[in-house]
Amino acid sequence: MSRIKDAFNSNKAFIAFVTGGDPTIEKTKEFILEIEKAGADLVEIGIPFSDPIAEGPVIQEANIRSLSQGTTTDKLFDMVKELRQVTNIPLVFMTYLNPVFHYGYDKFFKNCSDCGIDGIIIPDLPFEEKPEVADVAVKYGIEVVSLIAPTSEDRIKTIAENSTGFIYVVSSMGVTGTRSQITTDLNSILASVKSVTDVPAAVGFGINTPAQAEKISKISDGVIVGSAIVKIIAQYGADATPHIYEYVKSMSDAVHNVK
Amino acid sequence: MLNPRFGIHGGQYIPETLMNEIINLEKQYEYYKNNKEFNDELNKLLNEYAGRPSLLYYAEKMTKDLGGAKIYLKREDLNHTGSHKINNVLGQCLLAKKMGKTRVIAETGAGQHGVATATAAALLDMECEIYMGKEDTIRQALNVYRMELLGAKVHPVESGTMTLKDAVNECMREWTNRVDDTLYVLGSVMGPHPFPTIVRDFQSVISKESKEQILEIEGRLPDAVVACVGGGSNAMGSFYNYIEDKSVALYGCEAAGKGIDTDKHAATIAKGSLGIFHGMKSYFCQDEYGQIAPVYSISAGLDYPGIGPEHAYLHDTKRATYVPITDEEAVEAFEYIARTEGIICAIESAHAVAYVKKLAPTMSKDQIIICTLSGRGDKDVAAIARYRGVDIHE
Repeated sequence: MSRIKDAFNSNKAFIAFVTGGDPTIEKTKEFILEIEKAGADLVEIGIPFSDPIAEGPVIQEANIRSLSQGTTTDKLFDMVKELRQVTNIPLVFMTYLNPVFHYGYDKFFKNCSDCGIDGIIIPDLPFEEKPEVADVAVKYGIEVVSLIAPTSEDRIKTIAENSTGFIYVVSSMGVTGTRSQITTDLNSILASVKSVTDVPAAVGFGINTPAQAEKISKISDGVIVGSAIVKIIAQYGADATPHIYEYVKSMSDAVHNVK
Repeated sequence: MLNPRFGIHGGQYIPETLMNEIINLEKQYEYYKNNKEFNDELNKLLNEYAGRPSLLYYAEKMTKDLGGAKIYLKREDLNHTGSHKINNVLGQCLLAKKMGKTRVIAETGAGQHGVATATAAALLDMECEIYMGKEDTIRQALNVYRMELLGAKVHPVESGTMTLKDAVNECMREWTNRVDDTLYVLGSVMGPHPFPTIVRDFQSVISKESKEQILEIEGRLPDAVVACVGGGSNAMGSFYNYIEDKSVALYGCEAAGKGIDTDKHAATIAKGSLGIFHGMKSYFCQDEYGQIAPVYSISAGLDYPGIGPEHAYLHDTKRATYVPITDEEAVEAFEYIARTEGIICAIESAHAVAYVKKLAPTMSKDQIIICTLSGRGDKDVAAIARYRGVDIHE
C-alpha cells in the first residue's frame, strides 16, 4: 500500500522539496508535476511556517513568500487533492509541529489521508516526542519520517528501529542550505542504520550538485534536495518551470545511474 | 532525571541535532546543582560580584499614596548589569564552563540578557555571541555598544519580525550549527527542557531571599507577589518559593501593548492558545493555522509571543493569575514610581508596578504586597520621552 516504499523499489531515490504556495499554489502544482516528469521519485511539500527554526535563509524566505500569498494548510490539502487526480508520485508534507498541533492532530492526519499524502516530516518532533502523533498517524496510514543527525550517535539505532516510511539522514550540522562540502562520516551513520532496519535511508541537507548526489547515492538509498530547487524558484518565480526541470533531471539522472 | 513537564506543558520539541546536547546538559545540570563546589562558586559570584542579596525595600510613600496594602519592592534593578538576568547567566555560564564549553551564545530582546551574558562571559573568559532582532538593535543601540564593550559579538537578526522571537530562532539555528564547544544560554524560563527548570532554579534566589527578608521584617508571609511576565523568568523566580504557600496570591503582568482588543499586544495568557514552539508546549499568540503571531509591546523585554511552560501550568491550575497591562498603564506607572519613590525602573517592571497601583487600594492596610522590580530603567528613558512626544538625543 505504501507509495513511499515504491520510491525506493527499483533504484536509488531522488527526493525533491518545494515550499507549498511559493510563489503560488497553482505554480507549486505545476512545479511538482514537472519535477515528476524530470525523474524525481518522491516530492516533499513544505507547509510554510512563520518560524522555521531548522531552515537556512533560502527556505526561510520561501516560507515568507508563500505565507504572504495567503497560503494556508487547507489550501495545500486542496492542492494535493487536485494533484492526486493526475499523479501517483509519493508525496510527503514537511512542516513544523505547531501548524499540525493547532490544526488538530486527528483532523490533520485524516485530511492527509483523504487527499493522498503518504507521509510527513516534522523537524521539531524528535524521537522522545513522537507519541504526540504516533497513534493518529497509524490510524490514518500516514508515515512519520524519522530524522537522524550527525550528533545522534547512540540514538541512531533506537530511532532507526522505530522508523517508518524512510529515514531522513541529516548530512551536516546546522540548518538547511547548499554546502560545498559535507564532512560528516555518513558511512558509519548509515552502517548503524542498516544494522537494525530495512527502512530506506535518504540523505539531505546541503546537497546541490550531481556529483555530490551521485557520491551520496552510492552509500545511501537516496538523496533529498531542497534549497537548491527553492533557490531556482526564488530566482525565476513563476517562470521557474523549465529551470526546475533541467536541474531535477540532472540530479535524478545522477542518482539513478548509481546501481 | 528531572521531570520535563509542568502538567501538559514543556517537553523537548527540537531538532534531532540538538537532542544529545540537551540530554547532556540535563545530566550535567543534575550533577552540578547538588555539587558543593559549584554552589559555593556560584554563591560567591552572586554575593561578591552581582551584589546579592538584593534589597527588599518598603515603599512607604507608595503605600501611603495608594492607601491599601503595604508595598515592598524586591530590588533586582540594583543587581550588577541592572536586572535579574545576571542571576541566571552567572549560573548558566559557570555550568557551561564546568561542562568544558568555551563559547556561549544568547538571544536578547531589550538587551538586558545580552548584556548580562556578555558580562558573565567576560568575567569567566568565554567567547560570546549575541543574537538580537535588528529592530531591537535600533531601539536599544546603547545596549549593543555595551555588549561590544564587554567583548561580545552582536548579530542583528533580519529574519521574520526582527525582534525577540526571531533572535531565539536564529540562536537555535546557530546552536545546531555548533554544539561541541557552545552552550546556548537561554534568557528566560522557556525553550526545551531542561532550560525552563534550570533558569527557574537560578532565578528562584529572588523568592528565597524575599521570603527570608519579609519574615525577618514583618514576621509573616506576604499576601501577594507581583511581577512582570514576558517569557517569565523574573516572575518565576519571584513566585517559586511561595508556590507551596497557598495564602500568597501570585500575579504575573503581561504586556497588553495598545490593548488586548487590538492586534498590538503580547498578552499570551489573555489572548493566546495552546501551541508547540521554541521547544516547548505552552501558550502562544498565533493565528488559526498555528502561525506565530507578530506581537507588540512598548517593552522590548516583554515583546514575546509565548510564555514559559511552568507559568502555563500555574495558570491552568489557577495557582497564579495573569493580568494584562497596557503601554499607557505601564508608562504611567514608570513615571509614578519615579516621582513617588525616586526609582526609575525598567518599563518591563513598570507593568508590575501598574498592577500594584490597581491591587493595593483593594487590600487592607495590614496586608502585604511584594512587587519585583526586575530591572532599572536607564535603557528606557529615551523611549518614554518619545512616547510622551519629547524629542531627546541620547
